[in-house]
Amino acid sequence: MSRLAVPKTYKLFVGGAFVRSESGRYDRHDERNVPRASRKDVRDAVAAARKAAGPWAGRTAYNRGQILYRAAEALESRAADFAVERGEIESAIDVLVHYAGWTDKLAAVLGGVNPVAAPFLSFSLPEPTGVVGVVSPDEPELLGLVAELAPALAAGNTVVAVLSEAAPLGGLDLGEVLGVSDLPGGVVNLLSGRRAELVAALAAHPGVNAVVDASGDRALTATIDELAAESVTRVRHAAPTPSYAAAVADALSRLEAVTELKTAWHPIGA
Amino acid sequence: MTTQETRTSIVWDYAPAPESRDHVRLRDSYGLFVDGEFRDPLDGTRVPTLNPATEEPVAEVAFAGPADLRRAVEAARRAQPAWAALSGLERGKYLFRIARLIQERARELAIVESMDGGKPVRESRDVDVPLAAAHFFYYAGWADKLAYGVGGRQVEPLGVAAQIVPWNFPLLMAAWKLAPALACGNTSVLKPAETTPLTALLLAEVIQEAELPPGVVSIVPGDGAAGAALVREPDIDKVAFTGSTGVGKDIQAALAGRGVSLTLELGGKSANIVFEDAALDQAVEGIVNGIFFNQGHVCCAGSRLLIQESVADTVIGKLWERMGRLRVGDPLDKNTDVGAINSREQLDRIRSLVSAGEEEGAVRRSIACELPERGWWFAPTVFTEVAPAHRIAVEEIFGPVVSVLTFRTQAEAIEKANNSTYGLAAGIWTDKGAKAFEVASQLQAGVVWQNTYNHFDPTAAFGGYKESGFGREGGPAGLRPYLRVR
Repeated sequence: MSRLAVPKTYKLFVGGAFVRSESGRYDRHDERNVPRASRKDVRDAVAAARKAAGPWAGRTAYNRGQILYRAAEALESRAADFAVERGEIESAIDVLVHYAGWTDKLAAVLGGVNPVAAPFLSFSLPEPTGVVGVVSPDEPELLGLVAELAPALAAGNTVVAVLSEAAPLGGLDLGEVLGVSDLPGGVVNLLSGRRAELVAALAAHPGVNAVVDASGDRALTATIDELAAESVTRVRHAAPTPSYAAAVADALSRLEAVTELKTAWHPIGA
Repeated sequence: MTTQETRTSIVWDYAPAPESRDHVRLRDSYGLFVDGEFRDPLDGTRVPTLNPATEEPVAEVAFAGPADLRRAVEAARRAQPAWAALSGLERGKYLFRIARLIQERARELAIVESMDGGKPVRESRDVDVPLAAAHFFYYAGWADKLAYGVGGRQVEPLGVAAQIVPWNFPLLMAAWKLAPALACGNTSVLKPAETTPLTALLLAEVIQEAELPPGVVSIVPGDGAAGAALVREPDIDKVAFTGSTGVGKDIQAALAGRGVSLTLELGGKSANIVFEDAALDQAVEGIVNGIFFNQGHVCCAGSRLLIQESVADTVIGKLWERMGRLRVGDPLDKNTDVGAINSREQLDRIRSLVSAGEEEGAVRRSIACELPERGWWFAPTVFTEVAPAHRIAVEEIFGPVVSVLTFRTQAEAIEKANNSTYGLAAGIWTDKGAKAFEVASQLQAGVVWQNTYNHFDPTAAFGGYKESGFGREGGPAGLRPYLRVR
């Protein structure tokens, strides 16, 4: 007796929930219907990310590290569900493990005590910039996404990611893993659809503090920069991350791009 | 104006104490400092630079045209490989020389800064010039230790930096820009502000005297158009800009798609928060320093004063009394607290926003003081009954005008302080340590001062959150905008 399979309905991952595009639009990938997110979905995702930003940043670094490590565990156990090569999944898992360990090291590496010439305890500490927009590459679809997600989350940011337009399934599958990990709702939001349409809405959104463009799509570079300038949004353009080694070689630059440095001066003595 | 009170407190009469100008060696006319020499402009102009306290010309200065900018960028490009190839120690020694020469010419630089920009000589003498020397001294010592500043990674300079500085701290901002850029092995084309080119040109003399190789630093005065042209020069690797958020956005857009590294240090509307448990007299001194330092021409000025309701009347009363003792006038008088407004254009901007404050219903009080007949002046002013949506509570005035708002709880103070598109600085006045640390951690601001304000140090990073810009100046963080990290 042959059994009738139960196909998965792919949905966007917004605010911890799996939702269809409010537009009702969809595209076809690998004989699946995949939601084609709209500008309104981008705004909803940014709102969810903003709401989650304060509480996520407010967790202890130790706690954020454990949650990222838990995400690595979850991905390892669900590796067989992904339609990407095993090697890429393993690299993505290792990237999560690497950045899980950054959460409580970052302040010591990027910050420090400033030996000011006055009676003050002055120190500079990195803080998350807030909401980070990530633009994912087409190849590698999963590792290229995780290599940008992990540093942003480790630094305490929340993320709205635009998944690969050509190959969104790896990213959407990742959403299902993250949805049952310990990541609070809204910390990661994943949108599939037309890259140019979604990226324009994301880069122009005043609620987005930084955009990490790892799409490798040269046609988008100037557009992202111009829209980002409207609200002094920080921008990092980077080539798609091809390997674990590439994802961690410039870890500090990736982390720095999504942090702010705060300098505090507290008086010593009366 | 709804209220104009006469000064009721004791008036301390001071004899005039003008700083001597004997040892100031100003030329009648300055060329562009390009490729190691002062040169006539190719396609630029010559304009007088005015003393804002007298409206009289101090000297004539060449303004760069497009061909001048191109020549400076080409010189910087030619000089860069050899500059970067020097050992870090040798690069550092040039910077140490510059620091020392600034110290030797400190008084002269201070006087010229006050003549050209209008700031009290007490400030240029005690703050601007010593800090400028300190910045060169600090980054000189980094030049042979760069890898230590970036977590032990391999580094290389970016190349040619275009650096644009504002008119509020002309020499100090030039030092903030040049010192880290040069320490990291970059060469620079520096554009001083339109109204305050002179101390940068004296710095060019210092650079000549320090025998810096030609082209490593070029200094090209000019107006906003020159700045716009400079960032559009094709052969630059880095732009560093300090100035208004509006111009910063224009620059960010102008660089779109070019891959040029950018750091921006922009405007602010910084909250200075006074809690009921603060030492109130000390807080009042800090409020005065926060907003009237340099006539309020300070990007991180404490222009939004948030006072806890229970002490608001007391603090406002003490502040008003203290304001009455501020001495407004001749910037070269050593007793002057508040000098001249930098330019007529800036004075118009201040007046326009102050009028908007009155029209929107806030209560204005400006101190009664005699202002000189010539020059550009604005009496120190406090606005009360300010609503958070008033323009004077939202927009940067960049003048000696403070807007007072009140709050009841700590949470409300934080919420109001963070309710701004800016995020440059903040002040906290309280004697409770744990509370100060907690509030500081929750403020969206690049610098937070407890029981002090407008305190700067080359070892401490400075820069903004949100629309106050990105990138840091000062400290090891100030190296990163000038390095490519492998």
